[in-house]
Amino acid sequence: MTPVIGDGRPDPDALLRATAQEGRGRLKIFLGAAPGVGKTYEMLSEGAARRRDGIDVVAGVVETHGRVETEALTRGHEIVPRRDVAYEGRTLREMDLDAILARAPRLALVDELAHTNAPGSRHPKRFQDVEELLAAGIDVYSTVNIQHVESLNDVVASFTRVRVRETVPDSILEQAEIEVVDIPPDELIERLKAGKVYLPEEATRALGHFFSKSNLSALRELALRRAAQAVDARMLDDVRALGLGGTWAGGDRIVVAINELPGADLLVRAAKRVADGLRGPWTAVFIETPRAAHFTDEQHGRVAAAMTLATQLGAAVATVPAPNVVAGIQSFLADARATQLILGKSRRSRWFELRHGSVVDRLIRDTPDVTVYVLPVPAGGEKGPHGQRRPARWGTPTGYAIVTALVGTVTAIASALFHVLDLGNVALLYLLPVMAAASLFGLRTGLYAGLASSLAYNFFFLPPTGTLTISNPENLISVVVLLGVAFATSQLTGRVRAQADLAAASARTNATLAGFLRQIAGVNDSDVAAQMICDDVRRLLDVQVVLLGTTGADLDILAASDPTYRLDTMDNAAASWAFNTGKPAGKGSGTLTASEWLFHPIKAGDRVLGVLGVASDTVGNPVRADQLPLLSSLIDQSALVLERLRLQTEMRDVEVVRTRDRLRAALLSSVSHDLRTPLTAVIAAAAQLRHGATPELIGTIESEAQRLNRFVANLLDMARVEAGALKLNVEATDLSDAVTGASHDARRALEGHDVRLDVPPDLPLVRVDPQLLHHCLLNLLDNAGRYGDPGAEIVIKGTNRFGEVRLAVLDHGPGLPPGREAEVFETFKRLEGSDRAIGGTGLGLAIVKAFAEAMEMVVEAGNRPDGKGAAFTLVFPPPLIVRAPSTESVS
Amino acid sequence: MPTKILVVDDDAAIRRLLRNTLVRADYAVVEAEDAKSALRQAAVEYPSAILLDLGLPDRDGLSLIPLLRAEGDAVILVVSAREAVDEKVAALDLGADDFVTKPFDTDELLARLRVALRHQGLSETIPKVVSRGDLTIDLDRRTVRRAGEELHLTRKEHEVLGTLARHIGRVVTHDRLLSLCWGAGEDGRVEYLRIVIRNLRQKLEAPGPVGSVIANELGVGYRLRGDA
Repeated sequence: MTPVIGDGRPDPDALLRATAQEGRGRLKIFLGAAPGVGKTYEMLSEGAARRRDGIDVVAGVVETHGRVETEALTRGHEIVPRRDVAYEGRTLREMDLDAILARAPRLALVDELAHTNAPGSRHPKRFQDVEELLAAGIDVYSTVNIQHVESLNDVVASFTRVRVRETVPDSILEQAEIEVVDIPPDELIERLKAGKVYLPEEATRALGHFFSKSNLSALRELALRRAAQAVDARMLDDVRALGLGGTWAGGDRIVVAINELPGADLLVRAAKRVADGLRGPWTAVFIETPRAAHFTDEQHGRVAAAMTLATQLGAAVATVPAPNVVAGIQSFLADARATQLILGKSRRSRWFELRHGSVVDRLIRDTPDVTVYVLPVPAGGEKGPHGQRRPARWGTPTGYAIVTALVGTVTAIASALFHVLDLGNVALLYLLPVMAAASLFGLRTGLYAGLASSLAYNFFFLPPTGTLTISNPENLISVVVLLGVAFATSQLTGRVRAQADLAAASARTNATLAGFLRQIAGVNDSDVAAQMICDDVRRLLDVQVVLLGTTGADLDILAASDPTYRLDTMDNAAASWAFNTGKPAGKGSGTLTASEWLFHPIKAGDRVLGVLGVASDTVGNPVRADQLPLLSSLIDQSALVLERLRLQTEMRDVEVVRTRDRLRAALLSSVSHDLRTPLTAVIAAAAQLRHGATPELIGTIESEAQRLNRFVANLLDMARVEAGALKLNVEATDLSDAVTGASHDARRALEGHDVRLDVPPDLPLVRVDPQLLHHCLLNLLDNAGRYGDPGAEIVIKGTNRFGEVRLAVLDHGPGLPPGREAEVFETFKRLEGSDRAIGGTGLGLAIVKAFAEAMEMVVEAGNRPDGKGAAFTLVFPPPLIVRAPSTESVS
Repeated sequence: MPTKILVVDDDAAIRRLLRNTLVRADYAVVEAEDAKSALRQAAVEYPSAILLDLGLPDRDGLSLIPLLRAEGDAVILVVSAREAVDEKVAALDLGADDFVTKPFDTDELLARLRVALRHQGLSETIPKVVSRGDLTIDLDRRTVRRAGEELHLTRKEHEVLGTLARHIGRVVTHDRLLSLCWGAGEDGRVEYLRIVIRNLRQKLEAPGPVGSVIANELGVGYRLRGDA
């Protein structure tokens, strides 16, 4: 056992990564510097070696490119036939992922990891297929060229001038064992000349350049370095998992600032390389300034794409609202305790930098503790956002008209007051329209006001009046001041307004979220909550919404914004995928993009609670890139709510189980007592019969046996209620029959009592289950016979008043303790003060209540109005009462 | 020669109890403990009545009823712990004459048996006049007299009472009464039947607890009580 050195603690993340590996298949990547180095050959020979070791190996996809040696090696392997995919009149042959999964080998050979699948496949990319194989516990050998590695993509492109579109995320390489297939550049060039190298289309175009010796050396170095880095990363992980110290905790933190310009993805890849080099955590941050509100869809898309890429490359991402880029970055750097900052050098005009100052300069000046990398961003055809002004910046015609009128008014007022004012004060008066125009209508209108004011001032008041010439140079200052004020005011108010806009937008989002939360926080029913989530997401994002969850084994629609919406097979596949993997699927994600819906998992911790699907009412992506953060927040909030409800349900279930356990314990004690007591009496009495029968003995045997019989009947009834197996056989029932039948069957329990049936013959029929009603009455009579004073009267009284029929069983006796009447209906409850010797299990009245409620009747417990005994009343509400049939059907 | 009763029950204690009870009431008793021996005994012994338990080890008692019916004209009384109403109805529909639920009251069992035996075979030779206490029901002339005085009944009351009288002492199921007196289309309108019975009782029964003349069989049907 390795001792833990120093104060090193095991790094939980590293440990988690280690455990996540268990049960997953292992990936080995044969990494090559260029096509033709023999990756496939190497993969096949190693696969063959494993097969000879007795490992179950199949070839999923092998691209031999017609090379004889490779071809020969393929022959030994079991090959899973490829799947034909029809696409635009051609037939593409793709790896059959499902067939391999079904075949479930120990090891699968999958060539060309960077391959892009035919449209309509489950995953757009082959590496995603491989991920699924790994997740299924299948080891995979695969091949990739260094130029396909995501973070090196543009490095390679920069010196080879060949850019490949198909890339493999670095995260794949990081979880893989990497073997570099390496031959010296000279040898590769030899092979090329001998025609032994198959060239991809891209490479053919730049053949001469790509396979130059210097390029190949550079590529080779990159491949070797990448492999070394992977080894390093693995070792570091192991070290961290064991808690073997290291300086990682206080290491570098890298922040890359994303912008909306083309090339944001280059920044992200560069940051990844820096982060890998420094072995520090890194974050991509987008500073959301007021300008973001006026981004085009394309600009939003670029930011979202860069953020997504950063996530794929292992970065944390953040969006920070701020009045300007510098302030936003500074505050984020402080929060993140960042040590390195990566920026793109923007191609802004000299004029823009003069006005705003260079962002880069200010950051370098104001963040002394942070190393700042500035990367050039390629010039694109794209004009910066400053190239597209808000139309409002030019001012509106109404603004100009109002300002002109204002200037006119001021001129008129000043003319009227000119005899009391000196020239300087008149100039002050002109400040009013200028400030008003600049603050209300922006810079242009403000400048126009300044110009108009100075012209009017000059023309009407400055000597020589009536001309636009200025005789006194001092007066020139007034004109300049007016223009300056216009400029300054408009800048200030513009900034204030932008801040206010930003605050308002953020307040709106917050209010939206808060409203959503507040509304949903009070909900205790998961169906209602699900519907609310759907409705709110629909309202906020203007999309179709479905919420899916498991009810039992299958994934079902729990709620939808449009209840008539049905999901087709493709949609269901995407939803299941999202649910099972906890990753987004469907349109706009990386998986199963043929679905019209985008499904996001709703996760609480590692548990996927459900899936939220969104679809656009029109064609196009379901959610705009700038709405994604809001959608994520809504999903997070939904997850909290659903998790809370799930826990509540779990608590309730636990409570139910606990109650059931309590009941079971009570039942056991009751059964042993209530079965044994009468049995003991019967056995004893039967034994005494040998010495001669007496009426008392026979009476004891009979009544105790009856008691047992009643008890068993009640146990059976209760079992039916508890099992939920109560089947109602409702029919029109005559209560006089019911009462007569019950008092007949309960006659032994009622022995010694004077039973009076007071049921009017014209009581309407009621719609109930006669059998269940019979059991209710038996138990009520049994109860009355037991608790009523011996010899006292028991009355069964039927009434029909106010549209409801009531049937009461009244005894003469101690009655029920006031205020605790309802408790008698609880299972195994016998109210204190009742004599245990009276017997009875406390089951009878619980059965009365359960049966009565099953028949939609109400049962009331109370005392007689005169207080001299208990009264139990069965109430038949109006819906149960049968209207008298027409005379002709019965005569 | 005493009337012979076949007791079919798989439980020896119940058989012993029934034997003692029946012998004390001057019946002769043969026993069977399963369906196979029940059929054999019925074919050999020609019992006048069969007390049949439904829970037999080798086959379901319900399916045994038609087979026993085919063996002779013995009265069949089902004696069973099965309480479900539909089982009772099924037993009656299959040809049982009556049923008694376990645990039973031996006096009641004997009374049911007596009634069933008295009216044995009556269903084949439909009587013209049925008498019960002071009640005389003339089925042909559709008149009902109590203590010699004619009662006025409606047409439906006549039909229902007539049907019950033809099976006096035995349960007639709701469905049977409804289809005989109302026709097939009115199946399930139990409330009509309830009202007619209620009116009949008012005309036929003395004041006091209902059911002294027409007894209700919970959820199954009605029975015109014979003289016990």
